[in-house]
Amino acid sequence: MSSLRGVTAFQLFWWVILPYLALATFVIGHVWRYRYDQFGWTSRSTQLQERRLLKWGSPVFHYGAFAAIAGHVVGILIPERWTRAVGIPENAYRWFSAGAGTLAAVLVIGGVIVLAARRLFVGRVRATTSPVDWVALILLAVVIVLGIVETVGVGLLGHGYDYRRSVSPWFRGLFDGSPDVAAIAHASLIYQVHAVAAWAVIAVWPFSRLVHAWSYPVWYLWRPFIVYRSRVAGRPNEPGTSGRRWRKIGVRY
Amino acid sequence: MRVMAQVCMVMNLDKCIGCHTCSVTCKQTWTNRPGVEYVYFNNVETKPGLGYPARYEDQGQWKGGWALDRKGRLRLRAGGRVRRLLSIFYNPDLPTIEDYHDPFTYDYARLITAPSGTRAPSVSARSVLTGREMNPRWGANWEDDLAGAPQRALADPNIVAMSERVRLEFESVFMFYLPRICEHCLNPSCVASCPSGAMYKRAEDGIVLVDQDRCRGWRFCVSGCPYKKVYFNHRTGKAEKCTLCFPRIEAGLPTICSETCVGRLRYLGLVLYDADAVTAAAATRDPEDLYEAQLGVFLDPEDPAVLAEAANAGIPHDWLGAARRSPAYALIARHRVALPLHPEFRTMPMVWYIPPLSPVADVTAAAGYDDTDPDAVFATIDALRIPLEYLANLFTAGRVAPVRDALRRLSVIRSVMRATQLGLDPPLERAVEAGLGSADVEDLFRLLAIARYEDRYVVPPAHAEEAGRLLAQHSLSGCSLESEGGPGMGGDGVSGFHLAGAAAGGVAGRDADGRLHLRVTQTSPTSRPGADR
Repeated sequence: MSSLRGVTAFQLFWWVILPYLALATFVIGHVWRYRYDQFGWTSRSTQLQERRLLKWGSPVFHYGAFAAIAGHVVGILIPERWTRAVGIPENAYRWFSAGAGTLAAVLVIGGVIVLAARRLFVGRVRATTSPVDWVALILLAVVIVLGIVETVGVGLLGHGYDYRRSVSPWFRGLFDGSPDVAAIAHASLIYQVHAVAAWAVIAVWPFSRLVHAWSYPVWYLWRPFIVYRSRVAGRPNEPGTSGRRWRKIGVRY
Repeated sequence: MRVMAQVCMVMNLDKCIGCHTCSVTCKQTWTNRPGVEYVYFNNVETKPGLGYPARYEDQGQWKGGWALDRKGRLRLRAGGRVRRLLSIFYNPDLPTIEDYHDPFTYDYARLITAPSGTRAPSVSARSVLTGREMNPRWGANWEDDLAGAPQRALADPNIVAMSERVRLEFESVFMFYLPRICEHCLNPSCVASCPSGAMYKRAEDGIVLVDQDRCRGWRFCVSGCPYKKVYFNHRTGKAEKCTLCFPRIEAGLPTICSETCVGRLRYLGLVLYDADAVTAAAATRDPEDLYEAQLGVFLDPEDPAVLAEAANAGIPHDWLGAARRSPAYALIARHRVALPLHPEFRTMPMVWYIPPLSPVADVTAAAGYDDTDPDAVFATIDALRIPLEYLANLFTAGRVAPVRDALRRLSVIRSVMRATQLGLDPPLERAVEAGLGSADVEDLFRLLAIARYEDRYVVPPAHAEEAGRLLAQHSLSGCSLESEGGPGMGGDGVSGFHLAGAAAGGVAGRDADGRLHLRVTQTSPTSRPGADR
């Protein structure tokens, strides 16, 4: 814990306690949701209600998000000394980061604008939106907008910022128990808010429709087309223990 | 050979009067919940017409069901598995709510809360999706009895596929009703389309169901089903479909649509089939041969070899007995009067239809023919009010011969039975020409005209002895939550269908009417309403 020497309580909360709280909520929340709420585990598609905006917004956003996630893996999880060891100069890395990052950013922001507009202004879609959806949407919007400011505003148009010396060591450190608090605490404010909002998304994740991300059905590529199932003798669940079911009429889902 | 049993339905379209009782009772039983307002597991369409959702039969537009690729292999029409996963964020073939209808209700409270005035208060339609006022423009039953047909019905895909000659005869208008439920196909494309593996076909009785806990709302089943009989619950985000009333079927009872059909036009029975032969049959090159190919998949329950294989496959003895008495097998395979709906979708549907004949007899009589003379009827069958080609587009992928043969048989029975009743010489040679022996005529007459409840519905109860034993133990062990007024009292008892009566101290028995009645000796004033059924 030598890296915690000289850390204020304020820094300790934002850069150590909050991330671990979010991660714990993420893990425990998912275990609980998976066991209790298989019935509510769905993408909650609204394509039935509206298709023209979704046709562009949804694929663009999702594929952009995949690109953004891949970019984060490269930028945050892979240490700078590894890319240097492979022989990638810092300048080349930064231009690649700004270029590919901007492409992903354009896709994500384009998709999010279409999807958010759809959710806000199409009555049928808006009516299906639950409070936790709004929370997740607002947090995601904060994360995305700040991420774009970082990538485009700072990385591409600005003078650049070496997040691989501030954000990345702290983030990786969280997973081996030695977060470099000093590094993140002295990072640029945009990056700090971006990180905090991201932790909030992580914490909300298991309780929102974002859980559908873990159900991407890759297994479909291998399974037989026609599925047969036999009735098996088994005890019925104790009443009230079989998780969420169809609600009574008049109750919101 | 892998013998499997399938609960199969046959509907006699001659008898359907379009009263929608089946739709109403089905809706009351299964879909009177939020999220499924627009959903009809059973609906009755007027043909010709667009159907529900609009133009669902046009697979060029909706890409439902299967198709053959260039090498003749069976493929989902909407594309392969990789393409499916890549288009998961937007399903290009999904109908929107406009293709069904924006579900609406009325603000009935306004009728009594409106301020007093000189005019009677009226209520306008409100969308269930948004709560706002709306103007209904299309719906499940919009074109009932050809309403709007002059503007719309010519877009019926079955008419579009007809040749010009028949199309012009549309001037002398015709119509009939087509009740539709899920086809519970032998080769279900909805099951094959489901990326989550949440949809399945039950091995015991062939009923196709959605596992609500495993469905993730990817909605490919909705677009994959060419009959559009899988629906998306917009409140839960999960797919739902006709269950063939499996809790009733398991108890040996007919589905609620069959039970309440006032025309008594539905038949339920087992059909044995060779599961190993299904894929090859569905891949038959010429769509017009698919009807015969599907007949080839069915197995004769009188064949000792089939019975032996079925016993090997674990099909219980009483089920084999039921298969031999099955009205569905008799109408489909033995007498060949029932036909599949759109076999060209290659899903091997298992709800079959006896084509409508009645207008024929009327037309021939009006033309001065004696409808007891089958020659005259045969001559005019080709000049039907309902064009043969239209029926063929519905039932045999366009091949007219099987439709004509079925109608001939139906008309021959009428003349033979009429002659018999009047003490005349029955024209048995005509029956033979139509492919019916005298025993066949008797049998068909019995099935089509005078069949009683237990003849129309031969549904063997499910063998759930083991499950029942465990359930009984469970109930006797006295769950603490099931005490008087306890939280368990309000439970839905999903698994408790069979023993609901027994657990409450009631007696179950089969009455003279062939129905299973549960008598619950319940004296508590807090007993749930309807528990004494």
